[in-house]
Amino acid sequence: MLSIHTVRELRDYVLDVTLSVRSGETLVLIGENGSGKSTVLNLISGILTPDRGEVTLGDRTLFSSEGKTNIPPENRKVGHLFQSYALFPHMTVAENVAFGLRCRKVPRPTIAFSVANQLRVMHLADLADVNVGRLSGGQRQRVALARALVLNPDLLLLDEPLAAVDMRAQGAMRSELRGRIKNADIPCIVVTHNLRDALELGDRLCLLEEGRVVADGTPEEVLSMRENGFIESFAG
Amino acid sequence: MKVPTPATLVAICLLMIAGLLVAGCTTTEQAPETTTLTVFTAASLTGAFTDIGKAYEAQNENVKVDFVFDGSQTLRTQIEQGANADIFVSASTKHMKALQDGGFMENSTVTPFLGNSLALIVPVENQAGIAGVADLNKPGVKLVIGTKDVPFGDYTRQMLDKMAADPAYGQAYKDAVMKNVVSEETAVSSVVPKLALGEADAAIVYKSDVSKDDLTKVTRFDIPAEYNVVATYPLGILAESASKTEAASFIAFVRGPDGSAILTEYGFDPISG
Amino acid sequence: MLWRAVLTLLTAALLALFLLFITLPVASLFLRISPEEFLSSLTEPVVLDALSLSFVTATVSTVIVVLFGTPLALVNARRDYRGRELVDTLTDLPIVLPPAVAGLALLMAFGRRGVVGQYLDLFGIQIGFTTLAVVMAQVFVASPFYIRQARASFEAVDSLYEDAARTLGASPGTVALRITIPLAQAGLVSGAILSFARALGEFGATIMFAGNFQGRTQTMPLAIYTTMQGDMNAAISLSIILVVISFAVISAVKIVTRRKY
Repeated sequence: MLSIHTVRELRDYVLDVTLSVRSGETLVLIGENGSGKSTVLNLISGILTPDRGEVTLGDRTLFSSEGKTNIPPENRKVGHLFQSYALFPHMTVAENVAFGLRCRKVPRPTIAFSVANQLRVMHLADLADVNVGRLSGGQRQRVALARALVLNPDLLLLDEPLAAVDMRAQGAMRSELRGRIKNADIPCIVVTHNLRDALELGDRLCLLEEGRVVADGTPEEVLSMRENGFIESFAG
Repeated sequence: MKVPTPATLVAICLLMIAGLLVAGCTTTEQAPETTTLTVFTAASLTGAFTDIGKAYEAQNENVKVDFVFDGSQTLRTQIEQGANADIFVSASTKHMKALQDGGFMENSTVTPFLGNSLALIVPVENQAGIAGVADLNKPGVKLVIGTKDVPFGDYTRQMLDKMAADPAYGQAYKDAVMKNVVSEETAVSSVVPKLALGEADAAIVYKSDVSKDDLTKVTRFDIPAEYNVVATYPLGILAESASKTEAASFIAFVRGPDGSAILTEYGFDPISG
Repeated sequence: MLWRAVLTLLTAALLALFLLFITLPVASLFLRISPEEFLSSLTEPVVLDALSLSFVTATVSTVIVVLFGTPLALVNARRDYRGRELVDTLTDLPIVLPPAVAGLALLMAFGRRGVVGQYLDLFGIQIGFTTLAVVMAQVFVASPFYIRQARASFEAVDSLYEDAARTLGASPGTVALRITIPLAQAGLVSGAILSFARALGEFGATIMFAGNFQGRTQTMPLAIYTTMQGDMNAAISLSIILVVISFAVISAVKIVTRRKY
C-alpha cells in the first residue's frame, strides 16, 4: 500500500496531492500537460523532494517532513519507467537489465541467472547482447520494464509507458503490460494521455488539474464527468 | 541573418586587400625625409643602447633608431635567414665572424668597440652565504649560468676551465660547480630576476648585466682577473643596409664621448678606436 | 554564368592562398633538413632527453588535470551554487593569460620566497628548477582545455539517464562513474588529448618557473629554443616532431569526437 501526501511549490502553482494505492491496484493519472503528473512520480521515486508531506510504502516511510526522513532514490525500491525509457545508450540490453543488480552488489552468478530469466520472460533473450540504440519502441519499452522488474520493486511508476511504441503494436503491448503489472502484485501508478491505456490498465482513475486531484474513482465514474473540459476531450 | 554569398565574401576580401594597400602607400609617403635605422643588438646591451638611441634621436631629428634586442646567436640566425637590419651589435666575435664569412657584413666597418667581463652575483640576502667564486662548489648552491651556445655561458665554461687547470682549484672544483647548475639560460635578461626573486643562490653573468637598480637586489663579486674572460663586443654595418651613411653616423655616436659615457655608466669598458 | 565562374575561381584562389600561408612555413621545416640529418639528430642526447622529459611530464600533467578536473567539471555542469560562474571564469583564466604571466604567477606563489613557497622552503621543499615545476606549469596552462571540454560534455548528457540510474539503485558516485562519465567519454578523451598537446607545447611559463636544464626541466620547446643557438638541425628535428604530434593530436580529436551515441 502506497500513501502519499506531498506539497511542492512549482513555477506556476503549488502542487498538493494526496493519494493512496493498494497492492495489486493500478492507479491511472490523467490530466493536461503540465498538470503535475510526472512531477508526482518524481516526488514518489525521490528524484524530486517535496517541500513537505509524507510518502509511505508498506511499512516503510520514504519521506516525511515531520520525521525528517528522506530516503535517497537508490534505496526506495521503486521501479520508475520514464517516458522515453532512459535506456543507457552505452550498454547492451543485458547490461541495462543487470545495472540495478550490479549496483546492489549482487554476486555475479546470481546476476547472470536473474538477467537471463528476466530477458526470457520478457521475450528479449535473443537481444541480450544488442546495443539498445538498435531496438524498436516496443523492444525498448520491454527492456525498461525488465530493468525495473528484475529488482522486484515494491512499487511501479510508469510514465507514458506506450507513448513510444508503434501504434499497431500498442494493443498487444498493452495487454502484455497489464499482465506484468497484475503478476507483480504491487501498487502501480500509470501516467497516460491515452484513453485506451486508462481503460485497460487502470483500476482507478485520478484527474489532476494544476497540481490538485479533482476527480478520483473507477474509470467509468471519472469518465462520466462530462462537465469537465479535459474529460470531455479525453473521453472523446 | 542572411548567409553571405561567395560573391559578398570575395567582395569583402578584396576591399580589405585594397584597404591594406592604401594604408601601406600612405605610410611610405608620409616619411620621405625620416630614415629608420634597424639595430640588431645583443640583449646584454639593452639598457645602454636604449639610452644611446634616445640621445642620438634627440640630436638627429631625421633619424629614428629601432632596436631588436635578443641573444647574439638568435640575431645572427635571423640575419642569416634574411632579416632586414642596418647594424649588428654582437656580444661575441664568433657570431660576427660567422656573418662576415657569410658575406652578410660590410667587412670594413666591423670593429671591436666594447669590453665586458664576467662577474658573480648573489641575492642581497645571500642565503647560501657566498663570498666569491671559491664558494660555488659548496653542495646545494643553486647556480644559474648561460647555455654553452650563448656568449656569457661560453665564457663561464672558459673561466671554469682556467680554474680547473689551476692546482688551487682543480678539476674536482669545476665538476662540483657544474653539478650545482640548476638552470642554463639563453639570455642574461632572465638571470637577474631569478636571483632577485631568491629562486637561485648565485649566477655568473656579464658585469654590465647588473644595472644600478639591480644592485638593490643583488650583490656583485668580481672574478679574479687571472680566471676572468674578457668579452669583446664587435659592431658593424650590414652589407644589405640601405642607409649606410646614417648607420656610420650612429656608430660614430656610439663610439664618441656621449656613447662612451653611457656605456661606462652601464659597466662596460669602451675600446677607443 | 561567367560572373559566377569568376567568383568561384576567386574564392578558390583566396582559399588556396590562405592554405599556402599556413602550410608553407610548416613545410619549410621539412625542406630545410635531409632525412639523414633528421635521423642522426634524433640520437643526440639533447633531443632524446627533451623527448622523454616532454612525454613524461605532459602525461603526468594530463593525468593530474583529468583527476582533478573531472569532478570539478561534473559539479559545475550539474550543480547550481553561488559563485559557480566565478569558479568557471577562474578555471578558464589560464587560456587567455600570456604564459609569461603564468610563469610569473607561479614564481610568486611557489618560488622560494613565494606566498606558499616560503613555507615549503622551511621544510626544505624547493619547487623551482625541478621537474615538478615543469609539471606544475603544464597543469596550470593546460587544465582549462580539459575542464571546458569536460563541462560541455557533461552538460550534453541528458540528466534523465542519471535519474533513471538513481531509481535503479545507483548512488551519486556510481551514477558519475557508470553513467555520466561513460556517456561523456568522447568529449572527455578529446579534452584530455587537447590538454596533453597544450602541456607538450608549453614554453613560457616553464622557462620562467622551472628554468632550463637538460634532462630535468628542458622540455621540447625549451630544447628547440636552446639548440637554435647552436645546433640548428636538432632544433628543426624537434620542431618536426612537434608538428607531427600536433597533426596527430588534431586528427585524434576529430576521430574521437566523431563517434557519438
